[in-house]
Amino acid sequence: MALPVNLEIAKTHLLSRKKQSIVAMLGVTFGIAMFILMISFMKGVNQFLQDTMLSSTPDVRIFNDYKTDFSSSITSEYFKDSNQLTIVHHPKPKDISLNLKNAQQIISDLHQNPKVLAVSPVVTSQVFYNYGPVQLNGILKGVNILDEIRLFDLKSKIISGRLENLLTIDNGIVMGVGLAEKLHVVIGDMVTLATPSGTSMRLRVVGTYQIGIAAVDDVNSYVNISTVQQVLGKDKNYITAINVKMKDINYAHAEAFSFQKKYGYKAEDWEVTNASVEASNTVRDVLTIVVSATMLIVAGFGIYNIMNMLITNKMKDIAILKAQGFAQKDIVQIFLAQSITIGLLGALAGLLFGFLLSYGLSCVPFPAKGFVSLKTFPVIFEVKYYVFGILFGVITTLVAGFMPSLKASKIDPVAILRG
Amino acid sequence: MGEILKTIQLNKYFREIEEFHVIKNINMSINSGEFVCITGKSGCGKSTLLYLLSTMDNDYEGEVFINNTKVTGLTQNELAAFRNENIGFIFQFHFLLPEFTALQNVMMPALKLGKYSKEEIEERALAKLAQVQMKDYAHKLSGKLSGGQQQRVAVARALINEPKVIMADEPTGNLDSVNTGIVFDIFKDLAAKGNTIIAVTHDTDFAEKSDRIIEMKDGEII
Ligand SMILES: Nc1ncnc2c1ncn2[C@@H]1O[C@H](COP(=O)(O)OP(=O)(O)OP(=O)(O)O)[C@@H](O)[C@H]1O
Ligand SMILES: [Mg+2]
Repeated sequence: MALPVNLEIAKTHLLSRKKQSIVAMLGVTFGIAMFILMISFMKGVNQFLQDTMLSSTPDVRIFNDYKTDFSSSITSEYFKDSNQLTIVHHPKPKDISLNLKNAQQIISDLHQNPKVLAVSPVVTSQVFYNYGPVQLNGILKGVNILDEIRLFDLKSKIISGRLENLLTIDNGIVMGVGLAEKLHVVIGDMVTLATPSGTSMRLRVVGTYQIGIAAVDDVNSYVNISTVQQVLGKDKNYITAINVKMKDINYAHAEAFSFQKKYGYKAEDWEVTNASVEASNTVRDVLTIVVSATMLIVAGFGIYNIMNMLITNKMKDIAILKAQGFAQKDIVQIFLAQSITIGLLGALAGLLFGFLLSYGLSCVPFPAKGFVSLKTFPVIFEVKYYVFGILFGVITTLVAGFMPSLKASKIDPVAILRG
Repeated sequence: MGEILKTIQLNKYFREIEEFHVIKNINMSINSGEFVCITGKSGCGKSTLLYLLSTMDNDYEGEVFINNTKVTGLTQNELAAFRNENIGFIFQFHFLLPEFTALQNVMMPALKLGKYSKEEIEERALAKLAQVQMKDYAHKLSGKLSGGQQQRVAVARALINEPKVIMADEPTGNLDSVNTGIVFDIFKDLAAKGNTIIAVTHDTDFAEKSDRIIEMKDGEII
């Protein structure tokens, strides 16, 4: 039943030196606010990059990964003597085709798969755009645009023109906005491109789009699948990759593995394709944790200091309390309650302050230059972070307050009260 | 009336730089309702003895019984609970908690004991304050009271849990003659009502008027 008295004493102690209590609290407030700001911003960046990445990366991509298997060689046809040892330096493949041979079967099989939401066959080719005397490098992605739309939210990425124009206008091309700028073309203009094998073709620009990643927007363009097949001189069954969207993105990893086994072609899930994005996410997470932890530890030391000072000032009071029969655990409670109060109030203020800071940041225009397209700083607001904030704040102050409180409880009243 | 406090072969040593035998073979017995004064020259060990009796110092040899309980060997927490219920302590330098009002100071040991409701405790505390003529100052911060007033509040605080024994280390050592008179009268009154009082004092007048004087010299009772 002693708890209320102890809390009463703790409260009086806190209120009788408001300034110190507030300074201690501000330490926690600042630490937590920074934590909230950092994590909201860093997670915002992660989220943004992930979204951007997913808007151009399929959940699973099945393609023909040309093999460099030189275990058998045509040299054996010329050197038939089995007693001879033949060594071939710098072997090269004779002929490789990059297409998926049974693409139509794979596609119809994928359509049967209950975990698959959408399938889009793609023919990709390296091309060169004629721009006066120079040739600009580019990648042509031949797709059935209606299938592709089901995989990626391309409509929101359109800057000018319409994707559906690909269906109605012969030899249309929807160009990455960066590439269109480089070529100085707008809708309706004609561009001339050439394939590595030498064939060339004229296409009409029917739209431009922007994914938000310069590396994509500066090289990629969409055309009809038949256009690429035609420019490459291939037939209608020539498919170089199949993009798959899963019903749940988390299936991707496991399914990619089973596709690979089933169809005999390389199947890569989005996480593998974008491993570098994952790595940079991890770096940001670690950074957030390190900086926030440092701040909280500093705040913790502040509290430790203030509690120690308080206890030195209150030696006499502690001795009196003990003389009256307050036990060690009561003394611990009295002082621990104070540091927890400081921690809790400081953390609450920190959450509010952190929220205001993150909100403020989310309104600041992002100085977008090339690399990504962003209107304002990416910030996400999640209850989870605020719960963590409170927990961290309270735990830090609990730890920081515990040692001084224990010290207080060990004070020998006789040594202090002896007149 | 029966015996309330008893010591058997009490010995204490200070072992700091060199061993110092401060309390030597003390056997004493105090009856319930007695008003006992411990006197002696400065440094003879009066305070040390009183702190042993009060259970705050438990680094000694021998045995102490209070109210038929052997307190020797109890744990720190048990001793704290025992003090809270059975011993009222008054110090030379009043020693109230300055951030609390007189009333809060008096209520504190009772709140810790938790035997009565808060309202009841407040009522009792006010009665105790009235007993030491400090009821008018109940809601004043104790830090703002004069030395004599603070000492009277400290007496009221020592009484709040109706302890079996009240111990005081030079309770009037810091007071003028008027306040000394007031405190002495309170003690006398308490003793008359059956409280046991053990007071360490230098004041011979004060001691003379008590029931019994225990005189000490060099850690021994003479
Ligand atoms: N912590 C300690 N360590 C060593 N010696 C101590 C300690 N406390 C007290 N003493 C010594 O023990 C002896 C008794 O001290 P104590 O305080 O009991 O005396 P006292 O009779 O109360 O004196 P006074 O009348 O001045 O208050 C003294 O000689 C003192 O110097
Ligand atoms: Mg003394």
